[in-house]
Amino acid sequence: MKLASTALAIALAGISFGAQAQQITGAGSSFAAPIYGKWAEAASAPTGIKLNYQSIGSGAGINQINNRTVDFGASDMPVKAADLAAHNLLQFPTVIGGVVMAINLPGIEANQVKLTGELLAEIYLGKITKWNDAKIVEMNRGLTMPNLAIAPVYRADGSGTTFVFTDYLSIIDPAWKSTVGSATSVKWPVGNGGKGNDGVSATVRQVKGAIGYVESAYASLNHLTTTQLRNKAGNFVTPNMESFAAAAASADWSAVQNFAIDLNDAMGEKSWPIESATFVLLPTDAKDPAQSQAVVKLFDWSFANGNKIATDLLYIPLPEGVQNAIRATWKAQIKG
Amino acid sequence: MSASLASSPAAHPGGIPGGARDHSVAERLSRRRARSNMIAKVLCFIATAIALVFLTAILGTLFWLGFKGIGLHVFTNVTRPPGSEGGLINAIVGSLIQTVLGVVIGTPIGLLVGTYLAEYARTSTLGNTVRFVSDVLLSAPSILIGLFVYQVLVAPFGGFSGIAGVAALAVIVIPIVVRTTEDMLQLIPASLREAAVALGAPKWKAIVQICYRAALNGIATGILLAIARVAGETAPLLFTSLGNLNWSVDMTAPMSSLPVTIYQYAGSPFDDWVQLAWVGALLITFGVLALNIIARVVLRPRS
Amino acid sequence: MSDAASTATSTSSFGDRIFAQVARAAGVFVLLLLGAIIVSLFLGGLPAFRAFGVGFLTNADWDPVQNVFGAAVPIYGTLITSVLAIVLAVPLAFGCAFYLTELAPNWVRGPIGTAIELLAAVPSIIYGMWGFFIIVPIMGDIVQPFFIDNFGDIPIIGALFQGPPFGTGIFTSALILAVMILPFIAATMRDVFNTVPAVFKESAYGVGCTTWEVMRSIVIPYTRVSVVGGIMLGLGRALGETMAVTFVIGNTNRISTSLFGPGNTIASIVALEFPESPAGSVKLASLLALGFLLFVISFIVLAISRLLLRTKVK
Repeated sequence: MKLASTALAIALAGISFGAQAQQITGAGSSFAAPIYGKWAEAASAPTGIKLNYQSIGSGAGINQINNRTVDFGASDMPVKAADLAAHNLLQFPTVIGGVVMAINLPGIEANQVKLTGELLAEIYLGKITKWNDAKIVEMNRGLTMPNLAIAPVYRADGSGTTFVFTDYLSIIDPAWKSTVGSATSVKWPVGNGGKGNDGVSATVRQVKGAIGYVESAYASLNHLTTTQLRNKAGNFVTPNMESFAAAAASADWSAVQNFAIDLNDAMGEKSWPIESATFVLLPTDAKDPAQSQAVVKLFDWSFANGNKIATDLLYIPLPEGVQNAIRATWKAQIKG
Repeated sequence: MSASLASSPAAHPGGIPGGARDHSVAERLSRRRARSNMIAKVLCFIATAIALVFLTAILGTLFWLGFKGIGLHVFTNVTRPPGSEGGLINAIVGSLIQTVLGVVIGTPIGLLVGTYLAEYARTSTLGNTVRFVSDVLLSAPSILIGLFVYQVLVAPFGGFSGIAGVAALAVIVIPIVVRTTEDMLQLIPASLREAAVALGAPKWKAIVQICYRAALNGIATGILLAIARVAGETAPLLFTSLGNLNWSVDMTAPMSSLPVTIYQYAGSPFDDWVQLAWVGALLITFGVLALNIIARVVLRPRS
Repeated sequence: MSDAASTATSTSSFGDRIFAQVARAAGVFVLLLLGAIIVSLFLGGLPAFRAFGVGFLTNADWDPVQNVFGAAVPIYGTLITSVLAIVLAVPLAFGCAFYLTELAPNWVRGPIGTAIELLAAVPSIIYGMWGFFIIVPIMGDIVQPFFIDNFGDIPIIGALFQGPPFGTGIFTSALILAVMILPFIAATMRDVFNTVPAVFKESAYGVGCTTWEVMRSIVIPYTRVSVVGGIMLGLGRALGETMAVTFVIGNTNRISTSLFGPGNTIASIVALEFPESPAGSVKLASLLALGFLLFVISFIVLAISRLLLRTKVK
């Protein structure tokens, strides 16, 4: 009896505790999960909003918000304007981040190997199969490339990072664009799939000769060996805050609709070539407008106060002009 | 059976009787048989040892990697972003709620069906069909049950919910309870039932007050095994209760559960989350094993 | 007493009827439940069958960009990992059952039997994690490189041992599945071996049979049908396993001849791709169609298993 009443008391306490804060649910991009989590944690006291964010991948996030099973969706892949209109969604970016290549080569250290978009496309198409292939060796004259088979790794689940990477490959290589294309989930010609970021990273860490694509924040957290990449200007750049910021700065926000900026293969001497903004999808016709208002409030607070949190995690905050433009869109399209 | 016995070498250990020459043949045959017997015994011993090694390896790994992460924070904090000393309390509570409710809903149905099969329909066609279907459901892939509940309780209502999770678990509980109830009720000697009828008890009272009580141990075993089974199920919850990173006991909202949290955390790139996944795995496994030991050893069903 | 008895009889027959109807209704409910599952999966998968026709079963393409989907790769992966798991598990299970019924001293049979049953109780997500964090590195660092380097170049067999040593793949999945279904098959075999009447075994021992000969000539022939039933039960479980396989199969939609190559099973592809499949899309319908196919395959295997297990050989 005592046990039952104690349990009841705990349950009631839980319910009442939950009832004080407003709960919102979001789902999608695993790339954005760390920053949304940190922002929500910092914002919960000042705003009284509690975020439940399910990091299930961009594809799934888009699906969930279309079905209105969550309050907002998160995707690294911008949704087409026609689809936004069809599903009554407002799209806005929140942060920017880079995608890096992680490799596992014995004797090679971080940022020693130089690669280009063309080489990456050929590796993932299966045309280049060994690390000491003539084309790679030519790019890396100062290094001894080992005689190892290349083991390409990709994200098996529907991932926005996959979209960013395949979009970059499609820009660089028309053959890639026509045979594979770009999406959150594609038909990979070669390689092994890993489930989630850990699947890819564990595989890369374990298999000698492996190469995989991961978010920059994640690569540094896990001390993965990264590579240099050649950018549009023809320079080899190292993945760091400087090159990420350079690519972000080159963005021409006025040229796109719905903030659907494409930061891949950006102009600029120091720009990192594989980069993307991550987007939030918010319904303009939510059954409960208070929930959409709460989402807006959370990100409004984060834009105002969360820039340092973002840079600590190696994300690039949006330029202030863009943040204000987003605020204007909220005012115009979100009721309440 | 006896024919094979008669013609097997065992029947004529010395070979077909016929003289001294056969003794060396007999000895060689004897040694060969003894040798194959020894080889077979050793192989079987090794096989059992391998099975036990796997069990030890799994439990040992869980203990080794999971124990490190156990601390008060696991039981007092809810799941938090990586690096924020999150815990598992919402997952634990969510699992408890969904498991208990799933068992609460599934057990009466399972009991009734098991009673039907044992008391009313031991040989009828309907009974045989129901028995067959229940056995199939017992081993059916649980992910398909999750898909089914998604189609019925999630998609039409536009939301993941604890209710859908409970429904999926209840569907898994039913055949387990059916099987154990039927087996236990069938073991009750007819004399018990006859005595009840002789005293004038109506059939349903005989069943409920006499048979259930006599089979209580077995039925309780079935319930414990059902709890143990659904407590560890992940796939049916993936598409029904989804998961919730905050504290929530709202059944109409997505609800956290330990297996799904483990699934998400294990596949993540953050060390503290992976550590929590091991802790969760440890908690589930030892909980499930404890239930199994209680069910099989302590509540040993009369056979 | 007779008054009370007669009133008791009339109300009790009413109570009896109610109880009987309720119990029967519960039984019918279970039938409806199975029917509902099959129908909902079939209806959900119908758009895919309509879009791709019978070719859906043989198409090895899985292209989300072109929206062309085929079931061949997941079906192949499901069947091959399960069959391989059976091949690995059955000898071990048989050894365990033989040990538990004939060889082990009496005081040891209970604890070891319980220990093996506990292996069956471990949730499948634990197997997935254990497989991913413990077995995959061992496979990737030691086992796979060994086979690839030493056997990969042999003309025909070598095709089984190709590719970079990822550690994951068909064989690793089969191994994890084998460990999972081993206790089911072993427990069923043990129960079935124990049903052999003692008199048969005693008479065999009486004429001088060794233990192995008793097993081979008495026990196995007597229980043959049920043993196959137990094996099919293990197969049925292996076919539907999701969590144990998703972590270690390599999640690739390609048919690979190498044992170490990646693949996909129906359960793991549904688990991975379902969340991102838009409602009403061909992709979702394809996944539901795959679910329907899995249900059909499991149903057939489990039905055969049950038939064999419940048949008493006289």
